[in-house]
Amino acid sequence: MSPLIKHIIRGIILLLVQLFLIKNIPPLHQFIVPYIYFVFLIWLPFRVTRMQLLYIAFVWGYVVDMFYQTPGLHLAACVLLAYARPALVDFLLPKDSTEWGSEEPSRATMGQVPYFVYVLILTMVHHAWLILLEWIQFGSFFYFMGKLIATTTVSMLLVVIADLLFNRKASRR
Amino acid sequence: MRNVFLFLRRYSIFLRFLVMQVIALIMLFSKNRFHQSYLGMVSKELAGAINTRVNAVESFFSLSQQNDALREQNAELLSLLPSGSVWADSTGLLVQDTAWSDSVRTLRQFVYLPAKVISNSVFLPQNHVILHRGSDQGIEPNMAVVSRDGIIGTVVHVSKNMSGVMSLLNNESIVIAMLKKGSGLGEISWDGNDPYALTLSKIPKTVKVALGDTVVTSPYSDRFPPGSKIGKVVEVDQDQETNTYILTVRPFVDFNTVQHAFVVRNVLENEMDAIRKKFKKE
Repeated sequence: MSPLIKHIIRGIILLLVQLFLIKNIPPLHQFIVPYIYFVFLIWLPFRVTRMQLLYIAFVWGYVVDMFYQTPGLHLAACVLLAYARPALVDFLLPKDSTEWGSEEPSRATMGQVPYFVYVLILTMVHHAWLILLEWIQFGSFFYFMGKLIATTTVSMLLVVIADLLFNRKASRR
Repeated sequence: MRNVFLFLRRYSIFLRFLVMQVIALIMLFSKNRFHQSYLGMVSKELAGAINTRVNAVESFFSLSQQNDALREQNAELLSLLPSGSVWADSTGLLVQDTAWSDSVRTLRQFVYLPAKVISNSVFLPQNHVILHRGSDQGIEPNMAVVSRDGIIGTVVHVSKNMSGVMSLLNNESIVIAMLKKGSGLGEISWDGNDPYALTLSKIPKTVKVALGDTVVTSPYSDRFPPGSKIGKVVEVDQDQETNTYILTVRPFVDFNTVQHAFVVRNVLENEMDAIRKKFKKE
């Protein structure tokens, strides 16, 4: 299967899970509103350039916003994530990331710990911007911190589960 | 000049990032105008079409609950039929008739249009409900939306077949309300945190408030039918600065599971508006 089709199918599955499963789960607490759709951007191959990444994130964020009735909110968070991603990859990986070609970030390609740090930081960045923009409209600092920590924890849990389910192996090492 | 181009090329990614963020923030903070634009309409119809499909599957899981609710409502309505209410009098029988327009000229003020909820949220600061009924089916902005249990909100956006409702769980929503036992108008609002806790403020302290009191819409609302149920008082707080209460109200409607709603058209609205305009002119 060509990588392009693979990523499109993966995107659609993530979107459906986010919108019709996670969005509809009765919330455990007002601080816990987990997200999974942004993993699509985290899992894009290393080959994707910074510019492409920004445009993909723009479209992706807009699609999610369409369903959440929040024009611009997820869009802003996705674009920030896309902007932060290449810098983080350069920082965490010793090699130049363009050499990795069609590989995508996973436990197998990056190693357990760097991959975990990579996902954690990007999740934090995405959620922080999302919740900060909510906070500007209402809420308090306590609300911001509480929601950031609780939501990031649950989202990380979801990413780990997704990782196990999709079972992404390195095609070559 | 050359330096400017060099600068643009060097920082082109960062600049694009900035432009995208600015676009996103403009969309976010001027959401009302944007939503009414063409782009907003198209995206809403598309998202609505997909939501409808999924909702068709989802509604199977709650069929039995919905059946029970409808049966209860049927029973309620049957008991309201004119033939069901007869006034016993010492001199004779008087049958109460509430038809559309009868010999004693009962005028109907509110018409209920049934609508299905196809998308709904409770945990955002500004929650919206989307109904599968739009301008083609006679929905207009500013109409009230109620359900069997109580009021839901107000229609804010209308497209051809969908309408967007600002629910009570929206930090911009304000509904004039009163206690069912009478006296004191207040405002129902939401602080954006707990979907089971609305705030009722501006009720004067001269009114006696007890836990469990029912809160209904005011008789002077031009949108909501007077006396529509909203919720019950679960917490009473005194506002130290003013002479009013701050009451926490638990809504009767469970916004998590609401499936059927009625959009309320106020038939007399144009007439009321015309009268109001006369006052403004003077």
